[in-house]
Amino acid sequence: MEQKTKIAAEDGKQELKITREFDLPVDLLFRAYADPEIVEQWMGTKVLKLENRNHGGYQFETTDPKGNKHRFNGAIHEFTENRKITRTFEMENTGFGVQLEFLKFEEVSEDTSMLTMHIVYRSVEVRDQMLKLPFAQGINMAHNRIQDIASKLK
Amino acid sequence: MELRRDVFQAIADPTRRAIITLVALQAMTPTAIAEKFDSSRQTISKHIQILTECELLKQEQSGREIYYHFNPKKMKEIADFIEPFRNMWDERFNKLESIMKKYKSKK
Repeated sequence: MEQKTKIAAEDGKQELKITREFDLPVDLLFRAYADPEIVEQWMGTKVLKLENRNHGGYQFETTDPKGNKHRFNGAIHEFTENRKITRTFEMENTGFGVQLEFLKFEEVSEDTSMLTMHIVYRSVEVRDQMLKLPFAQGINMAHNRIQDIASKLK
Repeated sequence: MELRRDVFQAIADPTRRAIITLVALQAMTPTAIAEKFDSSRQTISKHIQILTECELLKQEQSGREIYYHFNPKKMKEIADFIEPFRNMWDERFNKLESIMKKYKSKK
């Protein structure tokens, strides 16, 4: 199957690019980022604040399977309908620090669109850590599952 | 969970990346590698040790000399590291797409 989401992470750079083509007109793709109710659905998060304007801000909250709440927030530097969002992103209380995100929304055809996320991190080390996070979480989850199964066997 | 010395740590350092590039072209002795750098022999040895521990380099005895070879299999593993990150975004975007398709048909 063709991979629709592509990651470009050049060795030794503190940035990465995520690109994805959608079978959606660009205005619908953009709405998925701008409408808090829709953001909640696909991000699986609660929207505490979402100010869609230049110099606005946002704050989201997710609850993990163990019931722990995690908040993340950012400042919206630029918000241009159906074209771009420039914002910061920070996971609260993690020590990862803030990252800068350039979101570009482009029309490919009437019914398809392209999203480019350009993310800049504080350092190469932080970027590599963020890249590894889902990998590490995957290992942890597998580890927890094994522990769950093992504890039931006792 | 504390991970052992991992390959990401290994390639995070510019000197270590330079060593990998050198050794990838041809197997080299530690002396030959050290000669390519301004840093002390000791510093380079430490870098080689880390790269070997991470299995990016492999040692091979040839007569009295030890040669370091590049291990491309391990490099492939680095590429695979990014895969869970890509999958995470792919799943999110798939969800976004299916939600918006339903949204469109409701209108």
